Parts: sequence; C-alpha cells; structure tokens
Amino acid sequence: MVNFKINNVEITAEDNTTILQAARKYHIDIPTLCNYPDLSIKSECRVCVVELQGQKKLFTSCSTIAREGMVVNTNSPKVLNARKTILELILANHDANCTACPKNLNCELQTLANKLGIDKNRFPTVLEVKPIDNSNPVLVRNINRCIKCGRCIDVCKNVQSMSVLDIMGRSKDAEITPAFGKYLSDESCTYCGQCSSVCPVGAIIEKDDTDQVWEALNNPNLHVIVQVAPAVRVSLGEELGMGPGSIVTEKIVSALKYLGFDAVYDTDFTADLTIIEEGNELIDRITNGGTLPMMTSCCPGWINFAEQRYPEILDHISSCKSPQQMFGALAKSYYPEKMNMDPSDVFVVSIMPCTAKKYEAQRKEMRIDNVNPDVDVVLTTRELGKMIRQMGINFENIQEVPFDKPFGITTGAAAIFGASGGVMEAALRTVYEVVNKEELVDINFASVRGLEGIKEAEVELGGQKVKVAVAHTLANAKILCEQVKAGTSPYTFIEIMTCPGGCIGGGGQPYGTTTEIREKRIAAIYQVDQDMAIRKSHENPDIKALYDEYLEKPLGQKSHHLLHTHYHSRNK
Amino acid sequence: MIEMKVVSKRFGKINPLSIDSYIKSEGYQALEKAVSLHPTKIIEEIEKSKIRGRGGAGFPAHIKVRALSQESGQKFIVCNADEGEPGNFKDRMLMENDPHAILEGMIIIAYATGADRGYIYIRGEYQNAIKIMRATIKSAEENRFLGNNILDRGFNFNIEIRSGAGSYVCGEEFSMIESIEGKPGRSRTKPPFPTEKGIHNKPTLINNVETFANFPHIILNGGAKFAKIGTPSSTGTKLISLSGNVKNKGLYEVPFGTSIRDVIFTLGKGVKNNRAIKMVQLGGASGPIIPEYMLDMSIDFDRFETFDSKTGTGAIIVIDDRFDIFDILLINMKFFVYQSCGKCTPCREGHTQIVNLINKFINHRASEKDLMSLENLANVIQQTSLCGLGQTSMTSIISSLRYFRDDFFAKVRY
Repeated sequence: MVNFKINNVEITAEDNTTILQAARKYHIDIPTLCNYPDLSIKSECRVCVVELQGQKKLFTSCSTIAREGMVVNTNSPKVLNARKTILELILANHDANCTACPKNLNCELQTLANKLGIDKNRFPTVLEVKPIDNSNPVLVRNINRCIKCGRCIDVCKNVQSMSVLDIMGRSKDAEITPAFGKYLSDESCTYCGQCSSVCPVGAIIEKDDTDQVWEALNNPNLHVIVQVAPAVRVSLGEELGMGPGSIVTEKIVSALKYLGFDAVYDTDFTADLTIIEEGNELIDRITNGGTLPMMTSCCPGWINFAEQRYPEILDHISSCKSPQQMFGALAKSYYPEKMNMDPSDVFVVSIMPCTAKKYEAQRKEMRIDNVNPDVDVVLTTRELGKMIRQMGINFENIQEVPFDKPFGITTGAAAIFGASGGVMEAALRTVYEVVNKEELVDINFASVRGLEGIKEAEVELGGQKVKVAVAHTLANAKILCEQVKAGTSPYTFIEIMTCPGGCIGGGGQPYGTTTEIREKRIAAIYQVDQDMAIRKSHENPDIKALYDEYLEKPLGQKSHHLLHTHYHSRNK
Repeated sequence: MIEMKVVSKRFGKINPLSIDSYIKSEGYQALEKAVSLHPTKIIEEIEKSKIRGRGGAGFPAHIKVRALSQESGQKFIVCNADEGEPGNFKDRMLMENDPHAILEGMIIIAYATGADRGYIYIRGEYQNAIKIMRATIKSAEENRFLGNNILDRGFNFNIEIRSGAGSYVCGEEFSMIESIEGKPGRSRTKPPFPTEKGIHNKPTLINNVETFANFPHIILNGGAKFAKIGTPSSTGTKLISLSGNVKNKGLYEVPFGTSIRDVIFTLGKGVKNNRAIKMVQLGGASGPIIPEYMLDMSIDFDRFETFDSKTGTGAIIVIDDRFDIFDILLINMKFFVYQSCGKCTPCREGHTQIVNLINKFINHRASEKDLMSLENLANVIQQTSLCGLGQTSMTSIISSLRYFRDDFFAKVRY
C-alpha cells in the first residue's frame, strides 16, 4: 500500500497503482484520450499529464505509478495550460467539421475540448486533407479525423492478433493505416469492427446503410421485414440513453413498427433453428466419424478469420449458416410462400451488434436464388439508434409489443447466443437430451459463461465424456485453431466468437463498451434466458411446426439447400 | 596545455585495424585485470570514478551498471553509436581511431554484470565506422577477448552490429531498443526502464561509445585516480566536437571544468576573419544557445543543467555575427519536424507549429501574442513529450528566449 496526495486529498492505493487509477477510485477526474479501460497503456496523447511536486517535467498519470509520499496536482495552472495546448495541437490537425461527422455529440475529442473550455484555437490548422478509404466492405476510414491515439492498432494487434493497422511514417506524416497507406480492403481484415468501437473520434466507422432502409420503408411496393439479433435487446437501450444492460426487447419491436417495418421478427427464432441443425450435425459427426472437433459458424468475423488464416481447418466448421442468414433464407422462401407473396417483394433488414454481418449478408453463398441477397441490409445497433433518434421516438417510454408471427416463439437458449459461451450452452442443452434421451437436470452450464478468454467444459454424451471449449477474441481463437491444425485439439466441439465477450461486445454495439459494461450486458442476456418459458431450442413449438410444415427434418434436403453453406480458402 | 588525452590518447599513434598495435599500447590489460577481480569490485571502481554517461544525459554510470548486475536471466548490453546529434562526431572518431577500447569497455561491463549479448548500434551514415567495428569484433574474437569462454574465465560475450537507417530518434534508448528488435524507432512508455525491461523485455544496459571507452582507463588506473580529473560533479575528460565559424574545427579532449572560451579560442584559434561571436550552441540541435558573454562558463554537467537541458554530448557550435538567432532556430526546428517519430502529440504536432511561429518572426508577421504562443508551446513540448527528443528539442528556443529576447521583440510587428 502507498499513501500519497492528489490535489491535497489523502490517497491510499495498492502497490503498482497508476496515479490515474488511484484518482478514479477517489472520484478525481483526470481527462484522458488515448487511454481506454480494456486496452494497454499507451501514454501517447499526453492529455492526462499531472504535476508532481519537485519535478519540472509533467507526468502522464496513466503510466506513472503512485509512490509513497508523492504530491500530485492534477489541476495546477501549468497542467491546465499543457492539457489545453495539447488539445489545441490535436484540433489543429483534425478535420473538426463536427456537424458533418457521424460521431458528432458522441466524440471523445469534442467532449474533451468542450470540457476544457476550448472555444478558439491558438494554432492554425495544418491538416492536409487526404482521400477517404471506402475500400473495405463494412468500414470507412477517414484519416482526416484520426488523432493517432493508437487504440485501433492496439485492439487489432493485441485483442484480435490481426495487426491490420499500424502507424506508418514519422513526425507530421505519421498515419495509422493498413499496409502502404491506402486500402483497408487489401488486408486480412475480418470486419470485426472493434477498431470502430474504440475509436474516440470518427476516423473509423461502419458504413452507414440507414439510407437504404429509409428508401425501402418508403417504397409502397416492398414488404419490409426486420430481424433483431439476441445481443441487441440488451444494448440498444444504452445507445438511446438508458443504463447498460437494460433489457428492451419489446421496446425495439415497437420502435421498429413505428419506423414503418411491415413485420418485426426475432433472430432468436433462427438461433433455435441453428441449434437444431448444428446439434444434429454434431451428433452426426460424432456417430458417423465426421471431422472433429466441430467448430461453430454463427460468427462472421470468425469465418473471415478462418478462411484467411486457417484454410486448413475449414472442414471443422459447422456447415450451418448463421442465424441471420437462416432467417434470410426462410424470409425469401418459406415466408413469401406462406404469406402468398412474391419473394422479390420481400425486403429483409437485420439489426445486428456486428459490422461483419454486413459483409456476411453480401456473400455470394447467401443468396438462395443465386442473384439477390437473402438479407438486403444489415444495420448495427448504433445505426438503428440513429434511425430512432431521427424519428424523435421516446424510446425509454415507448409501449412494448411482442414479435410478430409466424416466427413468434423463441427460447432462452436462443437469447444467450449473444454472449460468449451461449451457443455452446444452447447446443449442449439440446444435444444432451437428444443423445442421452434423458432430461437435463441443471440446464445452466456456468463453466462456459463469463469473460475468461478460453473456457472449457466436460459433458457426458452417450456414455462417453466429451470435452468442449469456448473462445472469444481472435487472439484466443488462434490458440484453439493452432491445436486443431496440429491435430492435438482435445475437444469435440468448439465455439468461437470474434468480439470480446461475444456479440454483446460486438463491433457494432454502442460506443464506450468496457469490461464492466460487457458484464452488465451478459447479466441481462442470462436474465432474458431465465425469464423465458421455454429454455431449450428443441422444445420450441414453432420450430417443430416449421419442420412439420416445410423443412421436413434436420439436415434434410430442404435444410441443406436453405440453411447450410460452405467456406472457401481466402488465403491470398 | 588545456588538452588532456585519456580516451583519445591512442589517436594517430596506433593502427586502429591492428589488434596487436592496440595490445602493445596497454590494450586489453584492463580486461585482464577486470577478470581477476570480483564483478562487484568493478562496479565499485566505476562508482569511485564518479563517471557520468557521455551520451548527453549525464546519468551516473555505476547506477545503471549495478542495476543490470542485479537482474537475472538473459541480459543485454548496448553501445549507443547512433551519433545523430548535429555537430557531434566524437563517437565516429573513437570508432575509427581506437575501436578496441570501446569493445574492451563493453566486455568489462559484460563481465561485471553477467550479460552475454551485446549490440553496437551504429548510425547508418557511418559506413566506415561500421566496417571498422565489424573487423574489430572479428579480431577480438580471434584473440579470445570476445566469444565463448573469454580468456579461459568461463564467461561468454558476443557482440553484433546493428545499424539505423537515418533516424535521429533511434539514439534515444527505447527507440534504439525497438529498432534493434526490428521495429520502427519509436519510444516506449517509461517506466519500466531499459535496465528492467529492454530488448525483448529483458534487462538492457545502454551506454554511449565514449562512456564505454572510458571504462578500461578506470579499471586500469583505479576509480579514485579518475575522479581526480575534472570537477567534483563531472569527473574525467570530455571529447569536444568543435565546429561552426571557428578556425580550427575538430575534436579535442579536455578535462571537465575547462571553459568554453578556452576551447574556442585556445584550441579552436577563434573565429574566422576575427568576426564577433553572435552565439554558441552547445551539445547540438537539442542544446542551449548562449551569447558570447557566457563563454567563460565551464564544461560541467551541473552547469549545463541550468538550461533545463542535460547536454553533455560535448559539441560546441560557434556562430558568428553574420547570422541571426532565427536562422539557427529555423534549422534546428526543421530538423526536429523531420526527426520526430510521430508517436506522442506534443512532439508530432508541436514542432510543425513551432516552425510556423518561427517563420512568422522571420517574415516580420509575428505579434506579441505569437511570442507568448511560442514560449508557451516550447515549454509544453518540453514538459510533456514522451521521450528525450521532445523533452530536449526546445532547449534552443527556451535558452534563446532567455538570452536573446530582444531579438524576438525586434521582429514583432506592433
């Protein structure tokens, strides 16, 4: 323990605590910019400098360890002046046309400038305007807004092990870019969007597809339907000013109807369907000597990663489409048939916590008529938030309405797809009962829940013990993939999610996602599960009806055509 | 005689490419003596000598050596020969004239600390020095002063040459470490310091060429004897790179405490055409600029610290009265705009704005507000930059604002 002073307040902190950490515990606010709760300490922006008694130099509080007897001043005239000067320097090399920026009012630089009272800049602009990089299918890179904080590099390199972005050039020419400075599409980007999630300004953002949706909604000839992913129900509230982890399932339905969608469906329904297909595929692989371990396929970032980095192990990945694409396939086949419509009149929108889903929907394999995409437009949680704001909807107080039929009934198993370990748990609830032909007493698989990087569990299936594993973030996925590639994987079934914490921490979720917020969203997801009448996918009566009425049987011919896909090596 | 040759005593007297020539001139005797001593005894001698680092910062050498000796596992020693500071050529002269002395110093420190791998990081422009150091390493290996089981004492030490590609900041400890690891030269957050986590996060000791070249003399003649040279706070001698508008430019070795005036007038024979001195820049582009009336100041680490700068590299750049302060400041600041690595805000963005402000003065477009802006920005860059580059780049501006303030006012447009 060390005792020291910040602004004359006596502070007691654990050994090896930074001044910033200690200050925050005591509710002393020190502004930061490059600092991000879950990422490494970079001490590059220098905004968080403080004065230490007896020292001429100023010290970055994010990286300076508090020592016994230190006397820290976070607000001395010298500190305030330095902080302001640094911010002015950043603003002088930043495209500060705030109203023309999607991050307007959601920008950490703007907020900080306002907080520090910067109403004019002593320095003239030195910005050299460079072209915007639109090459990536889901992300737009506007280098003119980049403040070189390095968060995107950090998340891409250290969390995702991808290193697509790095700093190039020196001094005033330093730029955060993909190789050779131009095209993000040239790189093995998995489109996970974590860079866009941590960017403090508007330098990397998802492609805005809201215009396409408005256009469809205003087209009287189209029947516009929408699906909502499991993780969105515990995060959209946050985007619209409610607390993290607010459960807003039926508020979303209501808001979407208000926006003009003809019908609002739940991706949870096809998550249940995924479990039936994927569960049966697993049983088939186990009993008929198929390729094991089987790996999940619902995360599009992970599929992009595997196709580029691990083409050798593509046979291990379940052939099941993701819930989004199963929904899309049904929406363009079963649904128009049932509703007596022309499939080309059905326009399918999805609301996803994810940027990679935008790319998944564009894949050639995801077109059951080989021409038109099954899912027409994918919006992130953030983009839906934008549309709701545009319409002036009072989201918090909107009345709640249930999802539409015919995909009306869903289960708790489907809801937990939104958290890392959820697909595994949902699959185990079904596979266990199908294989062992006995009821699962405790359906909660606590060992696969939570934020640990790689989680393991053991289940008894047909008299033999089977090991399963769950990984989130690509750095952790890499560890399991190396084992699979080497043939040393001890597991039978592996779930992989690209984003930290799974979809609740997706790249399209509200800005400012931290471990603390992830935990709240996860708790909410399991609450949704807990509150459901049915918590196992195979007990979903609407799913049973769908098979009876249309699909016939799991892994059957129709399923194969509509609900399964294949992967390609893209190791260019 | 104000010169005193310690590290340059062999210059011109031996064939630098011949190890025999070096051995005949007391070469490797310090190493022979060192390996007969307990490592702690060597560190004690260094402590007694009170020698401070010759790379600029003047950090007491024994502290770093002892810190490294107390670490366990893989450790590295790096000789910083990335002499990028404008106006300095002492390290090049050492490498080209007495290369074995540098190796001998490194080997002694390797023995004292238990490090078994070393690097000499030589500025890319110094192709001749690189060639000489390569040949020197080879002959030292052939004579069993380097390699495995050195002098049958059972200790191993291998040295590799690394070279930069023209980046000034690679002379800064952590940027050099990054560069040695094969990455672009950009500094890291401190702490941890290199002696805790350096190359590949292993303990690493970095010293300047001249510091290493001093160690054999300290070990051979004893730390106490060394400490008698110079001043109480700055012991030993200093290599001075004398350049600019001076008649006898060149390298001189003087004991600490010698006055700058003596170096310029006695050794350098004064200014060409006997013009008046307008200013003298000490240390290089990152050093202070002082007026003629301060030349009686002695060369001494503590004296230099009065400029908020730690400039012990030993360059003296004489500038006569044909030049004005802004000519020099602009050259310096453009240099830093080019050399900033771009990692931290004040250095990356600040230098560009400083150049803009200097240009305003040059073009008589500066207002009094600009003068305040310049002073403020220079202070902020110095106070808040991540590494030594930004922390020292403003020294010339800050010292000019102190000693040549009237020159600034003369350019202000009212």
